[in-house]
Amino acid sequence: MIMAKPKPIEEIINEIKNFDNILVAGCNGCVAVCEAGGLKEVEILASALRMYFGNQQKKIEIGEVSLTRQCDKEYLAELKDRIGAYDAVVSIACGAGVQFMAEMYNKMRVFPGVNTCFIGVTDEKGVWSERCQACGACILASTGGICPVARCSKRILNGPCGGSSNGKCEIDKEVPCGWQLIYDRLKELGELWRFEEPTTTKDWLTSRDGGPRKLFKEASQI
Amino acid sequence: MTYPSNIRIVKVPCTGRVAIIHLMKTLEKGADGVFVAGCMEGDCHFQEGNLRAKKRVAYVRQLLESIGMEPDRVAMYNLSSGEGPRFAEISREMTDKIRQLGPNPVRVKGETKERAA
Repeated sequence: MIMAKPKPIEEIINEIKNFDNILVAGCNGCVAVCEAGGLKEVEILASALRMYFGNQQKKIEIGEVSLTRQCDKEYLAELKDRIGAYDAVVSIACGAGVQFMAEMYNKMRVFPGVNTCFIGVTDEKGVWSERCQACGACILASTGGICPVARCSKRILNGPCGGSSNGKCEIDKEVPCGWQLIYDRLKELGELWRFEEPTTTKDWLTSRDGGPRKLFKEASQI
Repeated sequence: MTYPSNIRIVKVPCTGRVAIIHLMKTLEKGADGVFVAGCMEGDCHFQEGNLRAKKRVAYVRQLLESIGMEPDRVAMYNLSSGEGPRFAEISREMTDKIRQLGPNPVRVKGETKERAA
């Protein structure tokens, strides 16, 4: 899922300080799972903002809502009758949700309340880590299910590099070397022969190098 | 054994039940301070509810600081259920600390309104 972390509240306050009616809008999708942008976080942020502006003796109304998803028009449409009552929205959905909210309600100021970080997994409660960079051309079949694009700091396709030491990456002793992980996994699977077939040059056009991406599935279209 | 009469006790089955929003709401609604009285560390009947509460209290203290409020308005204490005199002591300690900080500025100055979207 998409991981995010709350922005420093000072940054949010600075963006909204001149507005009188604010809607704090959460998303019950990915960002709720990583405890950055769900209903619980909406309540906490709204409470903190009320206290801050109360202390500043600024009259401000702060509404709270958390949509099923902010990356689908159907759910964003739930706000259409009431969003007009607000001057601005603080969306604590991922960057996609913030943009879709701004796109759908294009006269509304929409500010991000989180920093969207990566596509990843829940290692344990409260700990999340990156697994995928959405390169658009998955090579996990040949790397033992461990992605060198996401797990190798250099994103090299035929590793490890000289910076791998005792299974760790040279950027940080806490970061496992992605290629060491791949080696260990392939060894366990009895597939070390894969190292004898180097990965050819990757076409990064399917990644961000090809510009903003779009997907079509005709069978799903109506 | 007497403790200050201005304390309002909210009973929970375990301090692990205390969420961040509960602590925030106490202050937003005008309490001058709030403390969480949990079991001794290592003695939680539910394994680690009090350790979770400790982290949440720390989170709220940090959040209060970032919005310019005194973090000391929120505190965590650990004591066993048999320690009545200790409860009275920490109640007095917390009350004195809050009295020094003064009334909750949100209640004094605040005119904020809450509404459901």
